[in-house]
Amino acid sequence: MISVTGLSKRYGTHLAVNDVDFYVEKGEVIGFLGPNGAGKSTIMNILTGYLSMTRGKVEIDGYDITEYPEQAKQRIGYLPEIPPLYIDMKVREYLNFIYDLKKVKFPKKAHIDEVIKLVKIENVQNRLIKNLSKGYRQRVGFAQALVGNPDVLILDEPTVGLDPKQIIEIRNLIARLGKNHTIILSSHILSEIQAVCKRVIIINRGKIIADDTAENLSNKLSNERSLLARIVCDEESMLEALKTVEGVKSVSSLGSAEKGAFDFVIEPLDGKDIRAAVFERVVSRGKTLLSLTDNTLSLEQVFLRLTEADDDELKIILGNNEETTATEETTVQEEAEQ
Amino acid sequence: MSAVFKREFRAYFTTPIGYIVLAAFYFFLGWYFSMLYSGGSPQIEMAVMAMSIVTIFILPILTMRMMSDDRRQKVDQVLITAPIKLTSIALGKFFAAFAVFAMGFIPTVIFEIIVASKISVNVLAYIYALFGMLLLGGALISIGMFISCLSESPVVSAILTLVVNILVLYMSNFASMVNISWISKIIEKAAFINATDNFGQSVLNISDIIYFLSIIAAFLFLSVRSLEKRRWS
Repeated sequence: MISVTGLSKRYGTHLAVNDVDFYVEKGEVIGFLGPNGAGKSTIMNILTGYLSMTRGKVEIDGYDITEYPEQAKQRIGYLPEIPPLYIDMKVREYLNFIYDLKKVKFPKKAHIDEVIKLVKIENVQNRLIKNLSKGYRQRVGFAQALVGNPDVLILDEPTVGLDPKQIIEIRNLIARLGKNHTIILSSHILSEIQAVCKRVIIINRGKIIADDTAENLSNKLSNERSLLARIVCDEESMLEALKTVEGVKSVSSLGSAEKGAFDFVIEPLDGKDIRAAVFERVVSRGKTLLSLTDNTLSLEQVFLRLTEADDDELKIILGNNEETTATEETTVQEEAEQ
Repeated sequence: MSAVFKREFRAYFTTPIGYIVLAAFYFFLGWYFSMLYSGGSPQIEMAVMAMSIVTIFILPILTMRMMSDDRRQKVDQVLITAPIKLTSIALGKFFAAFAVFAMGFIPTVIFEIIVASKISVNVLAYIYALFGMLLLGGALISIGMFISCLSESPVVSAILTLVVNILVLYMSNFASMVNISWISKIIEKAAFINATDNFGQSVLNISDIIYFLSIIAAFLFLSVRSLEKRRWS
């Protein structure tokens, strides 16, 4: 549905997007993840034809965006970072304008009604956009993208600045739309991408550094088998005690996060389930085990690691699981300190 | 194009801009008319031609937000990513401003009817004058639109447009100040405001009409280029 090859964009001497390739299948929902200034918005602006590219090719449903801009744009609904609203228009009036602008063929009133209902703005449809709150403006922006029922939706940080309830509503809406639309969305809120998107593209400094399912990314980067234990104890002696548990490969302490208790990362030998043994050992020493959890990295940690790593590290991280253990522990430690 | 036209035209009257421009036109037209009428020689074409000064000072208000505001509010994203050509956007905006400007001359039709009911009038002279003013307005709107493409701030574009309009007004004066004859000739020719005088004297030259139309087309083209250029920078 969306095919991007060799895409580059240069602003003066600054290379904002550097040789990006990806392909999005029809009906896929993918998430763009990246720190500020990574090039997410630039890529989205190029996909929608707002900006031109310096090099490369973008095809929407087989139509090249530079050669057949009208056909390509017809298939895209775009919600930019700042919703593009005429603030001195009423909501319904604005959507009617968008309907005319996009030369939509559906019956006008019914179609606008449907869009208004979908994003839940029925109660503000006759108010001036100027007087709407940020959340409602965002939804009107969303409605604007949905007018004409385009196959592809490109949403640049659709939930930024919304309250938690609105975020959940918008997220549900995206999930619902994902059933019959191809969606690219970008976000700083990583849980959102985790919740909505099956596939994640991580972008940093204008390059794609990872393109995989959220699950795979998380698995690749975290050592699934390691455990995180919080024990009320004396740090040194417990470290020694845990090291001698059968099946334990290594133990490291993360220091104290709670008064009187210490956190330990315990890595087992391949395939061993050491949970019971760890529990027994702690109890046998007369100490209290407060928690014992899988030490998997959240997407947020994955994201931080990928965007902070340099090129050589990336190869190691994405190429080979085993070699990552050392760096991983330091990352976890850093995070624990924070 | 019609979608952009409708929106822009309506926007002139949801903001004070349309009312300010029309009020200024109606005030000065009424004033001229009352002077002409009490003076006993009510030639409406003279009132129409006198509006060239008002046009020069008032049009910057009409054109200042044409493009700059869209960019400032980021609404240009919705226009440019819509499946329409940039030319349609520029034309829609141009005709919306032009329609408001043309509405400024509606009272002259009424004046002409009032006068014609009392004495015999030269209707053709009135129509020529009106035609000349509309062409002048079109050219100035086109220039103003282009200037509005260059800046994100309506105030900056209004001031720039006003300066350019005043230059246009006094261009032939500058021409006489220049000693080098060929430069002075070029300036004289470029002073398109002089071409409106012919319309006022009931002289209809095809060359004058083409002159104005080409100014309009040239600045419309530059506006579209300027929108296009923004995509590439």
